[in-house]
This record gives sequence, C-alpha cells and structure tokens, in this order.
Amino acid sequence: MALITISSTDGDAVSDLNAATGFPCVGPAVKPLDMRLQIENLSVKRGEELVLSALNFDVQMGRALIVRGHNGAGKSTLLRAIAGLLPLETGNIVVAESDPEFAAASIPDLCHYLGGDNAMKPAMSVGENLRFWQEFSGQPHLEVDEALEMVGLYGLQSVPFAHLSTGQRRRIGIARLLVSYRPIWILDEPTSGLDAVSEEQFAALMKVHLEDGGLIIAATHVPLGLESADVLQLSAASEERDH
Amino acid sequence: MTTDTAKKPSGLTALANPTRFLALVRIVLPYLVAITVLLLAIGLWMGFSVPDDYQQGRTVRIMFVHVPSVWMAMGAYMVMVSGALGVLVWRHPLADAAARSAAPIGAAFTFLGLATGSIWGRPMWGTWWVWDARLTSFLVLLIIYLGLIALWNAVEEPAKSARMAAVVVLVGALNIPIIRFSVEWFTTLHQGPSVMRAGGPSLAPHFLYPLLVMGLAFLSLFLTLHLMAMRNEILRRQIRTAQRKAARGHRSKNAQESST
Amino acid sequence: MIALLARDLRLALRSGGGAATALLFYLAVVVAMPFAVGPNSELLATIGGATLWIGALLAGLLGLERLFQTDHEDGSLDQMMLSPVPLPVQVFAKSLAHWLVTGLPLTVMVPIFGLFLGMQETAIAASMATLLVGTPAISFIGAVGAAVTVSLPRGGLLLSVLVLPLCIPVLIFGVGAIRAAVTEPDPFLPPFLLVAAISLFFSVLGPFASAFALRQGLD
Repeated sequence: MALITISSTDGDAVSDLNAATGFPCVGPAVKPLDMRLQIENLSVKRGEELVLSALNFDVQMGRALIVRGHNGAGKSTLLRAIAGLLPLETGNIVVAESDPEFAAASIPDLCHYLGGDNAMKPAMSVGENLRFWQEFSGQPHLEVDEALEMVGLYGLQSVPFAHLSTGQRRRIGIARLLVSYRPIWILDEPTSGLDAVSEEQFAALMKVHLEDGGLIIAATHVPLGLESADVLQLSAASEERDH
Repeated sequence: MTTDTAKKPSGLTALANPTRFLALVRIVLPYLVAITVLLLAIGLWMGFSVPDDYQQGRTVRIMFVHVPSVWMAMGAYMVMVSGALGVLVWRHPLADAAARSAAPIGAAFTFLGLATGSIWGRPMWGTWWVWDARLTSFLVLLIIYLGLIALWNAVEEPAKSARMAAVVVLVGALNIPIIRFSVEWFTTLHQGPSVMRAGGPSLAPHFLYPLLVMGLAFLSLFLTLHLMAMRNEILRRQIRTAQRKAARGHRSKNAQESST
Repeated sequence: MIALLARDLRLALRSGGGAATALLFYLAVVVAMPFAVGPNSELLATIGGATLWIGALLAGLLGLERLFQTDHEDGSLDQMMLSPVPLPVQVFAKSLAHWLVTGLPLTVMVPIFGLFLGMQETAIAASMATLLVGTPAISFIGAVGAAVTVSLPRGGLLLSVLVLPLCIPVLIFGVGAIRAAVTEPDPFLPPFLLVAAISLFFSVLGPFASAFALRQGLD
C-alpha cells in the first residue's frame, strides 16, 4: 500500500534559470506539444509482495517529478515499472495527447533510463561506449564530443572507461542521456557519486531538457536543484502518519 | 501508446487458489494413500505369484517395478510441461508448485527405472550397463531432471525461479524427441537392436495384468507423492511470505523510529 | 543489431575477452587427450573426431556464462530491454558474436589439431564441416542457459549442467558424420544434414526462448 501526496513547489523559477546556466539549447527542432505521462492505478509486485498499489499521477511535459520515500518504499520499483522493466500487476501508463512524431513509439522507446549502473563496458573507451549507445538507441542527438563537454569531461574520449573515478563514470552515464534523444528521462539516484560542481552542471542539463519540453522523473534523497519540481512522496502503508 | 497489463479476473485462479487446494488435499490424501497401499499390495502379490518366464526365469519380475517406474518418469515430465505452460501462459499460482514438486519425484522414478533396468540387464545381457537407446535416453533425462532441480533451488525468488525453470522445461520438452531420435540413431549405428523385449502386446496376459495393476499402483503413488509435495511447497511459500512480512514490518518500524 | 554484434566482437577480442582463452582451452583439451589414451596413433585417429567435438563443446560452454552476465552487472541489459530493436534479434546478435569468437576459430584450428591426432585428410575435412555447421547450435542452446542463469552468482556450472544434455544430439550426429566420412558404407550426408538442421532449429528457438527468459528474469 502506498500513500501519495503530490505537492507543487514554486513554478516560476524556471524562466530565469536558462540565462544563468548559459548552456546552449539541446532539444530537438520540434517540441513535443502538450504531452503528458499518465500513470493510472499502477500496482507492481516484487516477488510475491505488492510494493506499489493503485498509484495515480501524471506528469506534464516540461515538468519534473521527484520521487521520495524511505528505503524500500518502492522508488526504484516505480521507476523501473514506468520504464517498462517490470511487469505491471494492474494499471496503465499512457502518454496522453502525444505529439504525432512520437505516436508510433511505445513508452520504452521514449525513455532514457539511468539506473544504479551506468551501462558502460570497462574494457572499452569512453568514446566507444557512448558511440555504441548512440548507434544502439537510435535518434542521435548530440555528438559524443559535445555530450562529453556538457558533463565537463571533454578530452576523455579515448580513455578506457575502467580508468575513470566513480563520479566521472556517473557523468559518462549522464552523457549517454545526451547522445540520443528521448523526451522522458527516468533517473534513479542520478547524482550518486557526483561532487557539488557536477551536481550543479547536471541540474543545469536537466533544466535545459525540461525547457525543451522534456520530462523528468527522478528518485532521490538529495535535492537535485530543480526548484520547480513536483514531489511524489512514497510511503509504505504501515508508516502512514501526519507530518 | 498504451501499456495495458491490467490483469483479467481469471476463473481458474478463483477455482483453485492455494487455500482451497490445501483443503482439497486434506480430504483426498487419506483415500489416495489407502488406494496406493492397496494397489501396491495387490500388484506385488500378483507379480510374485506369476510363473517364471521360460526365457528370463525369475528376473522377469523386475519388469513389474521397472516398467511402471519408466512410465511415471515420463509422466512426471508431462506434469512439469503442463505446469510450465501454466506458469507462462496462464500464470496460475499452483502451476509452479505442480511443476516444481514433480521434478524430484520424476528424478526418483527415472533413477529407479535406470537402477532396475541395470539390475535386470545384469542377468539378461551379462553386464550392468549397455549403451542401449532406452537406458541412454533415460540417463539424459535424469541429468535434465537434476539440472532443473538445481536451477529451481539456485534462483532465490520463487516467482522468478518458476519462470526460468519453465523456459528450460519447455526447451527440454522440445529437445527430448530430438535426443531420443539421436540416441536411437547412435545405438543402431554401433550395435544391433536392443536385447530387451518391449512390454505391450507381445506380453502374455498373465504378465500383463500384474503389470497393469502395478502401473495403476505407481500412478496413484505418484499422485499421492505429488499432492504431498505440492502441499509442502505451498506451505513453504506461506512461511516465506510471513517471514517477509515480518521483515517488512520491522523495517518500517525502524524507519518510523528514526524519523520521529 | 550490427552495433551490438560489433561491440561484442570488440569486447571479446580485447585483452581480457574470452576469445583467446577459449582457443587455448581447446588446445589444452586436444593435447591432454593423447596423454590420457596413450600415444598409439591408430587409436588417436579413431577418437580424433570425438576429441575435437568434446573440446569444441567444452570450449563453447566456457564463454557462455558471461554472455549476458556482464551486461546484467553493468546495467547494459536494462538498456537493451528498452531498445527499439526486438530482444530476440539482440540475443541472436550476441549468440552470433559468441559463435564468431569461439565456434568459428575452433573450426579454423581443426586442421592443425587434426594433425596432432593423426587423423586422415577426409576426417579432418569432415570435422571442419561438421564443426562449422554444428557449433552454432552450442551457442544458441547455450544462450538459453545463459539467460536463465544470468543473475546467479555462480551460474556457470549450472549452465553447463543444463546445456550439455541438450547438446547431446549435435554431438552424436557430429561425431557420427565424421566417422561415416572415413568408414566406407556409411553415408556422410544424413548425419551432417541433421547437425545443420539442429543448428537451424536452435538458431530460431534459442533467441526467442532466451529473450523470453531475460524479460521474465527482470527485477
């Protein structure tokens, strides 16, 4: 059983952020119009246990949703279920009023999923890894060099992934989100291992993505620097209490 | 654009949910045990009272254990195949319990079939083991059974192990005819046709009837063991679920303490 | 699919990839055989085909454990699931890559190993032909085993136990074809074609079954 509360914090903060970051626009030429990700009556089982039950919420394009909750409250489960990596017990995940450009695609095809692991091969160089994912995921977006610049790792193309530090690895994982375009970013603890500077950089990247009409769902304990995000509080039924 | 996995209410699920199944087992099991004991007693008595075979002498009586074992070894695989289909197609809650508990019983019957075959082979062929088509394919079947049991035990999550094992059971089922065919080809290439006479129509009636009774006895023995194993499996899962709930309650209690 | 195939090949051929190890293992098995049965060249020639096949089977199983496991560990498998490319096609590509770095090199090495074992030219040619069409079956059947054991810490042993019995038909017909090629009355073609048929059958069944298992195994 899960209890949810969606509370919107201040919504006007976005406008002046782009000027502050100074990043070029990284979106596609055509913006998804008023796409909305709807989650209806979602229940997910882990093993024999119902981890999430009857969740309802929706996220507008251009908005971010932060999923919070205790360990074991089902944050990762929710993200994996939305990405299509877990079978749903009940419910629907719908992209409503979608842009015709994406009409033919299914939800996994619209998603970037950044989980706990970065999906990079240690034996291959950074550039080889990113080029592979670009080719494999389709919809090429930024060049590998550009993406590396965005995460502040320009010049590391030919370095084997194995030689990078934890934070650098995470940033390469983030660069993967940039080399091919997907409107929906599903991020599980995206800033784990990042230092303060990189966190800021990443926050700026997310804001640009949102401004281009992208959509972000992120599970995290720490603030992501997204002032305008909605918050979804997941909590097990036995923990229900007043705050 | 719609991912619809809404589960349709299944009549089958309602009909045979684990609790009702347990209640049914409680009623049926005593009768089954009685029938099994009775049939085994009759079958064994009939088996021992047949006259010696003019060729094989007393050893022909091994057949009354050997042949039914072999039947059940194959029958158990059939049960596993239907269980696997039940897991993958209908996602029936009892299907995995059925498939999983059939495996050790099937392996035991396969082993019994091999052992009695070997004991029978000693006086007949003069050796304990011949790479005969039947023996060989049953040896392969035994390895498949044991591999599956190992797989079931290796995967922690019951729901997951059920689906993994179901895939292997079905791939194995598709492969068994190929194995059988290849093994027959292999043995005919290397040696003449098997010395062992098949049962069936060529069998004299005074051998056939005890064999059939023993077949029925083994069938009911299989059913009894299978129901008992399924019951244990269901109970094991209920314990598991209860333990998990306990862990979960504990976890949330801790969380509550830490946040207040 | 091509990208995946290229990546897997590249990874396998890098140092630390499995390709060279599998070949060395094959060499070790073939070399160990004469020590086990004695240097009698006639005997060695008779069991030559069998040795080559057993070696290929074991060497093939060697790398299978890692087929999906590395992808599972580093999160690549999740990304593969989200890809627009159908999963069976991806599994096919990965199995093909596995075959290209194990089955194919083993086949190419057969003439040298065959000489070690004192086999006749026809037997060597027959061995190459049967291994060429037969080893894909090992990769494709093995993919199913690799898919069901992907999340297990020590899945390799279990994988071998599950896969070996299913490979017995290929072994029987493969070795049978080699023997038939050198002994007069027996025709070479029927068992050879059966090997090919089994390979083709599993090149279809294997990817679908393992893709299914991979999806089911998600957690």
